[in-house]
Amino acid sequence: MAKQQSREQGITLRGSAEIVAEFFSYGINSILYQRGIYPAETFTRVQKYGLTMLVTADSELKNYLNNVVGQLKEWLSECLVQRLVVVISSKETTEVLERWQFDIECDKTAKNENAPRQKSQKAIQDEIKSVIRQITATVTFLPLLETTCAFDLLIFTDKDLAVPEKWEESGPQFITNSEEVRLRSFTTTIHKVNSMVAYKKDTLL
Amino acid sequence: MRRRGVNLQSSCGCSCVHFPLLLVYCPSLSVDQLYFSSLALVTQHCVPMAQFLFESDLHGLLKLDAPIPNVPPARWQRKAKDGAAVNTGTASDSTAPSPMKPANRPHSISKTPSKTPGKAGSKSQNTPNKTGGDRYIPNRSAMQMDVANFLLTKEESSEETPTKKEHQKAWAMNLNGFDVEEAKILRLSGKPQNAPEGYQNNLKVLYSQKSTPGSTRKISRYIASVSERILDAPDIRNDYYLNLVDWSSLNFLAVALDKSVYLWNYDSREIIQLMQMENPDDYISSVSWIKEGNYLAIGTSNAEVQLWDIQQKKRLRNMVSHSSRVSSLSWNSYILSSGSRTGHIHHHDVRVAEHHVATLAGHTQEVCGLKWAPDGRYLASGGNDNLVNIWSIAQGDNWSPRPVQTFTQHQGAVKAVAWSPWQSNVLATGGGTSDRHIRIWNVCSGTCLNTVDAQSQVCAVLWSTNYKEIVSGHGFAQNQLVVWKYPSMSKVTELKGHTARVLSLTMSPDGTTVASAAADETLRLWRCFELDPARKKEKESSTKTSIIHQGIR
Repeated sequence: MAKQQSREQGITLRGSAEIVAEFFSYGINSILYQRGIYPAETFTRVQKYGLTMLVTADSELKNYLNNVVGQLKEWLSECLVQRLVVVISSKETTEVLERWQFDIECDKTAKNENAPRQKSQKAIQDEIKSVIRQITATVTFLPLLETTCAFDLLIFTDKDLAVPEKWEESGPQFITNSEEVRLRSFTTTIHKVNSMVAYKKDTLL
Repeated sequence: MRRRGVNLQSSCGCSCVHFPLLLVYCPSLSVDQLYFSSLALVTQHCVPMAQFLFESDLHGLLKLDAPIPNVPPARWQRKAKDGAAVNTGTASDSTAPSPMKPANRPHSISKTPSKTPGKAGSKSQNTPNKTGGDRYIPNRSAMQMDVANFLLTKEESSEETPTKKEHQKAWAMNLNGFDVEEAKILRLSGKPQNAPEGYQNNLKVLYSQKSTPGSTRKISRYIASVSERILDAPDIRNDYYLNLVDWSSLNFLAVALDKSVYLWNYDSREIIQLMQMENPDDYISSVSWIKEGNYLAIGTSNAEVQLWDIQQKKRLRNMVSHSSRVSSLSWNSYILSSGSRTGHIHHHDVRVAEHHVATLAGHTQEVCGLKWAPDGRYLASGGNDNLVNIWSIAQGDNWSPRPVQTFTQHQGAVKAVAWSPWQSNVLATGGGTSDRHIRIWNVCSGTCLNTVDAQSQVCAVLWSTNYKEIVSGHGFAQNQLVVWKYPSMSKVTELKGHTARVLSLTMSPDGTTVASAAADETLRLWRCFELDPARKKEKESSTKTSIIHQGIR
């Protein structure tokens, strides 16, 4: 009840982290579905942001996503995350084919202040909706992923963060010879998320 | 002069041994020139002499603010000189102020770079004046060598300037996409996530571009690789220029075997001998059925064009207008066109007594390929002169004497000529041994739409009426028939069996069978354009309805 009230009143850091983490959860699911990384029949329909979202029903994948997003939420509420990257790579050659990059700008002053920010949940949801819609629309221009692909999630955090158990450091996994398309961004006034997709240029052209 | 040089040397503190020599070797220099050269010399010590003379002159010329050499001195200069002479008095034998006198020397020795008190013992201190190649930097005196030297040799400060740091940061951001100093990349341990085994991205079905399955079905249709039937054709003339077989709309196959014309009824399989030349030296050179199939035109080696009625088995007419053998014939309604060895094409109106209505003279050699377009608007003729001419139909009574198009691209005799059955202005032609190409033309624009190297003499070419395909007959080395896809001109299949070159091709009225006459004295029938049973039914039903429509009308 208290949470409900605070939401109505405005955005707190904790609430903002929750919103952003939730967006990532749906966003990643949406990418996995739209890009055909997981079979379409393993997704179930869920109403969210005024859209019909597809969320995986694959238990293994669900587990993995919950793990990552849970950890992400924790870091978000501490303003430690700088970026989340969804790396899609070919399963056979392990070559990176696509890279969904979500830059997170954290307003670190929110950590200390107690007063919630004024921005309606509706306005934030509308912004998120347009980002999700853009992810869906990218299928029209992104090159077809010909091979079976695997995906990985990279989280860019602050340097002084202690690496938790089961986590490890990684390289940025760039695409050689890539084309980039910026997508819309949204902000909770505490976290600002800029999205971008990079994909391998078609060498045949 | 010598004394003056010595003077200079002594006044200049360093060992400038070349300098007096220079003055001795240049007695022709005027006083002014000497003055300028010495000025330059004072500023640049110990420079090899040969380059120095030229350089100092050049330098003097390039210095715009310096006095110009080889000109009479200006009035103020002369005045100054006079004054100096008065001042020095008669003791000096020179009227000009001596440049060696310290008062007149504009550059003091201590100002030269070498004399700059630098950091003694520093190994790179003397670098600027040690280099002898001063011709590249002639104006050393104007440079702040010591400052530059200091800046170059001073120890790099340990602390980086803030701009440099920013720069590096920007570079790192650009290259890495993130700040290495301030971020680390984390991922959950384990292999990257991927879909269960055996999953294929089904978007491929939605978004991949592949040729439509319809056309692939057509390519893979079954074509019998062996001939359906082989007929003996004894004594068939092995002459590339003749057109010896034709298939009528009534399903009669006319074959000219040397002196005789035989008719083979495809439906009843019976053979009739229609006629035989009387003169033993003569032979049949061409046969052609009228569209209705009841008359046969026969061209002979003695320049006759005969018209035969099939039902009566009687000759109706004997039209003589040519002067040499008639090797090609083509009908357009009541007009029979005949091409002869002379290169002339005659139009015969078979209805009237004066049958010879026009002569087309567009070839210089034998006309061996002659075909009217299905709509009767154009006549295509191919000749032994490697030309393809397109003639248009008469406007009223006037037969145009000139071809509307002439194609000269073929490198060999053009016997294979065929019009597209579905595009009225598209023509296929094939060249002889020295050409071996099949070309597709748009006769209206005169452009070559496509060309394909058949790699063998093209003796005949036909369009399929059932498929968008072309069949061609070839000579050496394989004597085969080739079915081509149109318009891609990709090979669909090759039909092999003849042991000598194919001379002529003709198609059955239903378009399913191609008859080839070859020099191995056989006639082979190939069912290469047989329709699918389903399509056949469709076609039959459509023709049936059309008959009904006709009946109603």
